[in-house]
Amino acid sequence: MESGRRSFLKIAGLSALGLGVRPVIEVLASGEAAKPTVMKGENILTAKRWALVVDTRKIESEEDLEPMIEICDKIHNVPKFENKRHEIKWIWMEEFKHAFPTQEHEFLDERVEHLPFLTLCNHCEKPACVRVCPTKATFKRQDGIVLMDFHRCIGCRFCMAACPYGSRSFNFRDPRPFIKEINSKFPTRMKGVVEKCNFCAERLAVGKIPACVEVSNGALIFGDLDDSESEIRETLRTNYTIRRKPALGAGPSIFYIV
Amino acid sequence: MPNNKKMYDKGKVIAGLCIFVVMITFPFWYNLGKAAPAPEPKLIGKAAEAGQQCVESKEYMKAEHMQILNDWRETVVRDAKRIYVNSSGKKFEMSLSNTCLDCHTEKAEFCDKCHNYASVSPYCWDCHVDPKEEM
Amino acid sequence: MLEKALTGSKRYYGWIAALLAVIGVGFACYLWQLSFGLGITGMSRDVSWGFYIAQFTFLVGVAASAVMVVLPYYLHNYKAFGRITILGEFLAVASVTMCILFIFVDLGQPMRVFNVLLHPTPNSVLFWDMIVLNVYLLLNIVIAWKVLEAERNNVAPPGWLKPFIYISIPWAVSIHTVTAYLYCGLPGRGFWLTAILAPRFLSSAFAAGPALLILLCMIVRKFTRFDPGKEQIQSIAKIVAYAICVNVFFFLCEVFVVFYSRIPEHMDHLTYLFVGLHGHGVLVPWMWASMILMVVSIILLVNPVTRKNETVLIVACIAVFVGTWIDKGLGMISGGFVPNPLHHVNEYVPTVPEVLIALGIWAIGFLVLTVLYKIGVTIKEEIAGLT
Repeated sequence: MESGRRSFLKIAGLSALGLGVRPVIEVLASGEAAKPTVMKGENILTAKRWALVVDTRKIESEEDLEPMIEICDKIHNVPKFENKRHEIKWIWMEEFKHAFPTQEHEFLDERVEHLPFLTLCNHCEKPACVRVCPTKATFKRQDGIVLMDFHRCIGCRFCMAACPYGSRSFNFRDPRPFIKEINSKFPTRMKGVVEKCNFCAERLAVGKIPACVEVSNGALIFGDLDDSESEIRETLRTNYTIRRKPALGAGPSIFYIV
Repeated sequence: MPNNKKMYDKGKVIAGLCIFVVMITFPFWYNLGKAAPAPEPKLIGKAAEAGQQCVESKEYMKAEHMQILNDWRETVVRDAKRIYVNSSGKKFEMSLSNTCLDCHTEKAEFCDKCHNYASVSPYCWDCHVDPKEEM
Repeated sequence: MLEKALTGSKRYYGWIAALLAVIGVGFACYLWQLSFGLGITGMSRDVSWGFYIAQFTFLVGVAASAVMVVLPYYLHNYKAFGRITILGEFLAVASVTMCILFIFVDLGQPMRVFNVLLHPTPNSVLFWDMIVLNVYLLLNIVIAWKVLEAERNNVAPPGWLKPFIYISIPWAVSIHTVTAYLYCGLPGRGFWLTAILAPRFLSSAFAAGPALLILLCMIVRKFTRFDPGKEQIQSIAKIVAYAICVNVFFFLCEVFVVFYSRIPEHMDHLTYLFVGLHGHGVLVPWMWASMILMVVSIILLVNPVTRKNETVLIVACIAVFVGTWIDKGLGMISGGFVPNPLHHVNEYVPTVPEVLIALGIWAIGFLVLTVLYKIGVTIKEEIAGLT
């Protein structure tokens, strides 16, 4: 493990050097002394493994979930398609029998049976989508977030076949005309690439928690699984939680209190 | 071969070669003397006030902006590093829409003009939004 | 040798022109797809691979089946197949060409295809599939070309070719195995999550490919002066007979495991394909047709009396080809996506432009095949002193 990390760091260092060398030479050639660098923002929220708890006891109806979905669609420029085949979904609602198809039975209590469940990318510990991607366009960050690099995606859709949670969408056509109001601070997508929930990576970078959590009135708890003092760990310690399709071993980072 | 100096269908071959040469050089002589002068990107507003200094020097940006943008998108998306510290220690958010276009407010004048002239069509704008267009 | 493809009868040129017309229509549709996006196809968020990937899967099998004439000749010294190995190898070349094109037209961002090389990712099966397919294409072009050239000059093929021929045998198995691994390693897709998928792929391949080869041999015999040979055709027919039996057997193994264990995630897909699920079942008649065709072909091929009758053999080979095509080219891929991982049933039907693009690629394959067979057969005619 140690040597693995060391060699990874070596390779990372070497490749960073490779990436950096050209501009450096250019700068030196133009007679300037310091070399440009890159860094994380000062307010960035960091973790070993970001995770989310959905406390369904605090949710009564679809109306409770709508603001969370709306804010996500709005800030991430998620288009609305009439044609169901072209649908793009980052975070959406499912009935229990669809969110947990292997755990459904006919004697389910009425609350759970009719309760809408929030579904989104599970940011798995062992993500199948990352395993199958032929270009590393989808990859797992060091903070556990499974992210898409839209610049690199070739649109083979192997990740969509691999995801056991149906969390990925493909841009079957140019999404722009189907976005009600474009948020110019965040890019849209182009036709031919796959997309999904990014756990608000762009907000974490500037010190904000995911937008859905912010508007959830406490129904969503977000935090670092690695931090035993965190609110999310406290919630997990004191409540029985379930995850979607645990038997597959993907290790989802979204937990549900039912 | 009995007579290797003989060329079969001489007339047809030479005529064919001539047509081929004319066709392949067509773009050159068709555009002869019509070359448009290279456009100079216009600096307007904030960018004009800053004068010769972008995130790096003007000369450097002219030559390397595509490389910088390529590095930026890799570091922002893949390494979660969003701040660029330039050679004189000044910090910038690495963002096409929010940093570049904040100064270079006229995308049409600043980006498109040269790109059109050089006949390159970077697909940046398929996703990244020109805030001006959306207002 | 290429010049042999440039001279031919009116019928030859007519056929080429017809293929070019189909290719033209397909290409026009592809340009439309390129500008609009894959939204012109019937694929969806739930069924994210469709007709293209299914054709690709089926054709990898046809390509792999060249090994069924190469192996007996080179490993068992079965001399009779010496006449027709290049027919098998040229069929492989045409099929792999189609495979690569089908992958290409399925990409959302085809201009970025070289990202696969720029960012090589060995943990992706698609990366390996790219390698095995391209190497297999190269192997078959080189081997068939060199063997044909040697035959034409009446000399033995160069010695360095032998290792490549031997490599091409396991390589043929590898292309279809890796293609099966694309699907059978995915955790949430119960239909494909079975160790018998690769063997099933291979058995249906070794039935469909040689069946097509028999039909092609018959066509070559009818339209040219080169006769691939009665014995050869009968030997391939036996291969088809065994392979289609094994294929149906493997399928029944799958059916037993799935329906005896009664695990819903595995059962639902087969239920959807053969009886329909929650009122959806566009593929039901197709799947039963496929089963009937395979069973009929088994009866016709195993029975020596019917197999030896060449007219009946043609019928049997068409039945095998169509039966396995429905199984793999229609059911295998969309069947794995319905129901989706959340147990919603959203069906898939290819659209007209999607089918036209696919037809265009099939036409490109047949064009490659026609040209290569024309060259091969003309040279064989020359050697036999028939021209």
